[in-house]
Amino acid sequence: MAKSKNAQTSQPAAKRKLSDKQLHDMLYTMMLIRRFEEKALDLYSLGKVHGTMHLSIGQEATAVGASGALTQQDYLLNTHRGHGHCLAWGSQADLMMAEFMGKETGYCRGRGGSMHIANVDANNLGANGIVAGGLPISVGVGLSIRARNTEQVVMVVFGDGASNEGAFHESINMASIWSLPVIFLCENNQYAMSMPVEKSMNIDRISDRAAAYGIEGVTVDGNDVEAVYAAVHNARQRAVAGKGPTLIECNTYRYMGHSKSDRQAYRTRDEVKTWMDKDPIERLAGHLGLSKDDKDSLFKKAEAEIEKAVEFAEASPEPDVADIMEGVYA
Amino acid sequence: MPSANGTREITYVEAVREALTQSMQADERVFLIGEDIGVYGGAFGVSAGMHAEFGGERVIDTPISEAAIVGACVGAALTGMRPVGEIQFMDFITLGMEQLVLQAAKVRFMFGGKATVPMVLRTPGGSGTGAAAQHSESLETWFTHVPGLKVVMPSTPYDAKGLLMAAIQDENPVIFVEHKLLYKVSGPVPEEPYTIPLGEPNIVREGKHLTVVATSIMVQRAKQAAEELAKEGIEIEIVDPRTLNPFDDSLMIQSVVKTGKALVVHEAVKTSGYGAELVSRIVESEAFDYLDAPVRRLAGLDIPIPYNRNLEYHAVPQVENIVAEARKLVRGEY
Repeated sequence: MAKSKNAQTSQPAAKRKLSDKQLHDMLYTMMLIRRFEEKALDLYSLGKVHGTMHLSIGQEATAVGASGALTQQDYLLNTHRGHGHCLAWGSQADLMMAEFMGKETGYCRGRGGSMHIANVDANNLGANGIVAGGLPISVGVGLSIRARNTEQVVMVVFGDGASNEGAFHESINMASIWSLPVIFLCENNQYAMSMPVEKSMNIDRISDRAAAYGIEGVTVDGNDVEAVYAAVHNARQRAVAGKGPTLIECNTYRYMGHSKSDRQAYRTRDEVKTWMDKDPIERLAGHLGLSKDDKDSLFKKAEAEIEKAVEFAEASPEPDVADIMEGVYA
Repeated sequence: MPSANGTREITYVEAVREALTQSMQADERVFLIGEDIGVYGGAFGVSAGMHAEFGGERVIDTPISEAAIVGACVGAALTGMRPVGEIQFMDFITLGMEQLVLQAAKVRFMFGGKATVPMVLRTPGGSGTGAAAQHSESLETWFTHVPGLKVVMPSTPYDAKGLLMAAIQDENPVIFVEHKLLYKVSGPVPEEPYTIPLGEPNIVREGKHLTVVATSIMVQRAKQAAEELAKEGIEIEIVDPRTLNPFDDSLMIQSVVKTGKALVVHEAVKTSGYGAELVSRIVESEAFDYLDAPVRRLAGLDIPIPYNRNLEYHAVPQVENIVAEARKLVRGEY
């Protein structure tokens, strides 16, 4: 077991209570994310999509808990493993699926694909194919919010691997010295592709790095949607109060490989099973006291929504090659 | 745009500062961000006095963090601001390349044309200051190789002001390359705000014997060379692309059709330099049929910029080199 897996004890002070209705909605979104990604995998196997994809199955609680604590006016920057963040942000599964299949009706007109889904109109400033690529951008969004004097925040999501990039250091330092309203949300899924966290850094918690920049740092159980929600909620309150950025580490795990080409030689089946026993969806369903039937029917609803999304995407037109030059310059 | 004739003369650095000041006065979304640009006034004095006029919220001093400076421009531009970043020396842009090349340049296309990144990144390039290999480079060609970026290189105070005001109003990321040796050069610049459209070259001097296409400080050196050559009866036509990419090459091609000979001059190293692009455009065009001499490049040697004053001088084209090369081409002595 990685050291950091035992370090899920630092909880934010005030754990805000969510209503059962809110938790039900969150559970449904988590199920929708899981079914979306399972369908994505199917479509890939059937040869209906090309390229690669990075699945977040197992990490749903972090995406849903974090987005749930923000408002529609806030901004999101996320990662290559970003389907979950987008759905949690309220993006439409059909427009995402169309993008995934490279169709003109997709969020990015088929030009971005799985790794670059964005919805700028909804303040989703996009997934990023470069590890730590979103962090410097979040500083600029924070500056923009301050210049416009609005009560917004920006949340930038990144992985454990990103915290070893220079951009992580430059960005958190800059956001700290200017007390910018930025939430740095680290999804620690224990591996940067094949590199385990405990071999890539000599500390127990990534959130310990916050101290180096003079900002708040917390580590939470990323498979506990309420814990994630509370941490982001508190970070948002601090940010809008002018108290600056927070570094939140969410410990979680991806069940699937890094991408489609990953044979997972770097970890054991037992380790994966240990984490599956802590599955965030099962956990929340149990917490809500759902029967097996209740759970099945919610999953069925999610499956139906995903099936409609696939139908929409398959019926959508391909981009016209005549438009290939569009969008390079405004 | 107003004519430069009959107006007061100011220096290139003053023209850049005036463009920044007038843009900030006209549009509260415009702000400056960079290293030592505040009370210090910028390493080359470009923003001198601007911190006092606009305050620290609009003239933002940063830690030494080039990736975050470029990224901050991208994020602010994506969310409704018009940032103008300064990279203290062009060489340091290497530290911000990821944000510039993979983020700023590509965001709009990757998002299906649904995002805009209206930012300007100003940076001084070029040699001649004795600053040696890591503070003297001319890296503009790299950015012409990245679709989504615009690359501007003004050669006069008049162009510097008009092109910078246009760059700040442009909806795309623009790399604005100033030249350290041009900062003290004076020229006529209208006081009122004006823009020069990006992408339009300028015929700096008319002539009939040879087309010299030159960028940045090489335009100034080509003008001095033209005076020498005129004494021998050789009249060169000087074309300044002003915007390296995207660049409307039709004026340049028409010029070569007229003169039948072309010489391309830039400071950056020769191999895979911007001159290769210009020569290709000439020989791919209808001007090919009118050529009666090889198209030649005069460029920096393929070396890092040396420290020694004499070596540094000989590393890049000087007036006498342009005179000699032009004379050879016109006289058929190639």
